[in-house]
Amino acid sequence: MTAETTAPARAGKGGLRALLVDQLRNIAPIFTLVALIVFFSFASASFFTVANAMNIMSQVSITGIIAVGLTFVILTAEIDLSVAAVANAVGITVAYFTLQPDYVNIANVPMHGVLAVLLTLASAFAFGALTAFGVTRIGIPSFIMTLAVMQIANGVSALLVRGQIAYSYPDIVTTLGSGSIFGVRWTIVICILFLAVAHVVLRYTRFGRYVYMVGGNREAAEYSGVNVKAILASVLIISAMCSGIAGMLGVAYFGSAQQNQFDTFLLDAIAAVVVGGTSLFGGRGGIFNTIIGLLVLGVLNNGLDHIQIDSFLKILIRGLILLAALVVNVYAQVLRERGPSADG
Amino acid sequence: MSLSDRQGGGAEAPLLELTGVSKSFGGVAALRDVDFTLRRGEIHGLVGENGAGKSTTMKIIAGVHTEFEGEMRIGGRPVRLRSPRDALEQGVGMVHQELSVAPDLSVAENVFLGAQPLTRAGLVDWAKMNAEAKRLLAGFGLDLDPRARMGSLPVGVQQLVELSRVLFSGARILILDEPTSALSPPEVARLFDVLRRLREEGRSVIFISHFLDDVLAISDRVTVFRNGRKVVTEEVANLDKTAVIGHMIGRHAAELHAGEAAELAGDDSRKVVLELRRASLGRALDDFSLELRAGEITGVYGFMGCGQVELSRALFGKLPLDEGEIRLEGRPVRLGSTAAARRAGLALVPENRRMMLFRTEPVFKNVSISILDRISRLLLRPAREREIAAGHAADLQIRPPSPEIPLGSLSGGNQQKVALAKWLTHLPKVLILSEPTRGMDVGAKEDVIRILKTLRDRGVAILVLSTEPETILTLADRVTVMRKGAATRRFDRGRIAKSDLLEAA
Repeated sequence: MTAETTAPARAGKGGLRALLVDQLRNIAPIFTLVALIVFFSFASASFFTVANAMNIMSQVSITGIIAVGLTFVILTAEIDLSVAAVANAVGITVAYFTLQPDYVNIANVPMHGVLAVLLTLASAFAFGALTAFGVTRIGIPSFIMTLAVMQIANGVSALLVRGQIAYSYPDIVTTLGSGSIFGVRWTIVICILFLAVAHVVLRYTRFGRYVYMVGGNREAAEYSGVNVKAILASVLIISAMCSGIAGMLGVAYFGSAQQNQFDTFLLDAIAAVVVGGTSLFGGRGGIFNTIIGLLVLGVLNNGLDHIQIDSFLKILIRGLILLAALVVNVYAQVLRERGPSADG
Repeated sequence: MSLSDRQGGGAEAPLLELTGVSKSFGGVAALRDVDFTLRRGEIHGLVGENGAGKSTTMKIIAGVHTEFEGEMRIGGRPVRLRSPRDALEQGVGMVHQELSVAPDLSVAENVFLGAQPLTRAGLVDWAKMNAEAKRLLAGFGLDLDPRARMGSLPVGVQQLVELSRVLFSGARILILDEPTSALSPPEVARLFDVLRRLREEGRSVIFISHFLDDVLAISDRVTVFRNGRKVVTEEVANLDKTAVIGHMIGRHAAELHAGEAAELAGDDSRKVVLELRRASLGRALDDFSLELRAGEITGVYGFMGCGQVELSRALFGKLPLDEGEIRLEGRPVRLGSTAAARRAGLALVPENRRMMLFRTEPVFKNVSISILDRISRLLLRPAREREIAAGHAADLQIRPPSPEIPLGSLSGGNQQKVALAKWLTHLPKVLILSEPTRGMDVGAKEDVIRILKTLRDRGVAILVLSTEPETILTLADRVTVMRKGAATRRFDRGRIAKSDLLEAA
């Protein structure tokens, strides 16, 4: 984010205004987060505690892993609507390869835990590769292609469990999904790890630069000799892998693997990225934005529980917050495009 | 709407008359004191180089430019048009080079676009619309199914459908901008038949074209523009191609001004770097061959729409050829993507520099994007990127020289230099430039010319594509003239003048 802040700051007289316009997408979510924390802290005695902070982080950790992959996709101005369905299918797949208790009536294929995890990761890769093929080779818009993959993944889930519920996973998945280390849930640690690695990749590697440049101006990237299709294929595969890993940890986190259990994660993951300020038009934003977005969502969901609000009203409030974030997101882009000056 | 002649003025009054018309844009004069008359039932050719004032004149007549000095009369009555729609109501209709048809609608819908006949119930009267469209087009000698999808028809037919729409709207004065540039010879012949028929009906046609043979074949009179002034209006019987070119570029100027003539220095002992063999691509390239040699600038000259843009895209891996072969240093190459072309050692600066620039990103990221794989493996090296960008900024005199500044805040000429700088860190084998100096101020233009000549002397094979003869004559060591996708003439050595290019194109 440092590179973004330095340039317009030199604009002199209109400097402060230019800086605000440029940083609107970064400032607005932080402001929202602080406002929500202040509000819930006054509204409820049980909200502003260390235990509840851990609680919030735990609640967003699985969403967070999905949102990491989605950040890559949205930065290239594409979208992945299959994330929740892929998470679900992959979570079920890992259970399918594990020996289940006697009372679970699934005709599954148990195998050694390591092999099960590897095969499951391969299945996540396969979903990503399918999406990438459709989008970059055939030319199907990602919006539609990932809708189809969502349906396919849901079909895979349904076929594997056939309405049943699985309860056992390889040991490593169980530990990482439901265990803790030094009192911190593994899912939080893993989510932070994913966020950190993704940040380094996006900001400090060549691949990350390509992701931003392809998102900023796809045509210019192509005329600069960047292999745009390879970048798009990569981000779609990264997204599927993140979703798959989130799905594996998620079934252990929930303690069960069944159909439709990830349904709310699609909207949550997209909301986290967009509320955080990553541009829907690509090229702007990043992992810091996603972190803020996750926290806004986590604080909101958790806080609304603390103040005993009508659970139906809660859904409406989430919708309104998302709408507000979209308005800021698009408005920030419009302001920016009027930006530095008209071309001379 | 009836096509009956609204009576105005005496029998002697010309259909259209401009007197003392001047027009300037931001203090720069585009038209100076132009007089122009269009007779009833006349086909009037309009020629001149790019920027000579033809388009400005036509845009005034068609109601696009509403602010100008001087007077305009239609049928003897002074008029002041407020919009193209207003112009159409006064009987002036225009068909642009880029057709404005709706390819997914039917032929009849295109003819009646925005004015569909309705039944009493207020629904579209399809039967009437199809019958009317068929009748109108039959008048052009076209036997078409009015329900056919517009996009499935050849360009020449689409053009006639658009023409019939303009006529149906009541136009008595038709302005055709480069109508033959995309047409095959039989299509040109059919268009001319239609225009002659319109002339017999008493309508008038203004025929703007770079294709002088076409202009001389169809026009009754020809008006020549140069540098914003009308040079002459002459009966076609008193003109030939050489005379027209003489008026266009000015007889005496031809030998005096720089850029009006050049000494070519093609040297066949130089190594051929890139060879394009018998390439075909849609309507854009037709059995086109080209050789680029190390240490030479090859110029390709042609009018807008002659296939240059597609040629540059095909060589940079953006458009696949239908037929033909690209050989690089003697070996056939398949350029499946721009990335593949770049890795093979090819580089393109397109005519619209925005296509390869990131407006909101700092200069150094714009420069480094094409060489990231050369200067970094896994991790970026921003310090190195800035250093390279600063070096180019100094060499190319990019102002201001800061690599941090967002590209969008540079002037157009400086942006063009940044576009060029992208390919200068690791020299490409072949550098392709489309319109390298178009729209640049004199200083920036000279800088670019100097840079390109330096690169040539360092052994790069350079291809310059332009619709401006001056650009070609200033830069090129060899010239290929292109017309409708085919090479019409090659100049390798000796003296060449602007008139040679215009004659061949």
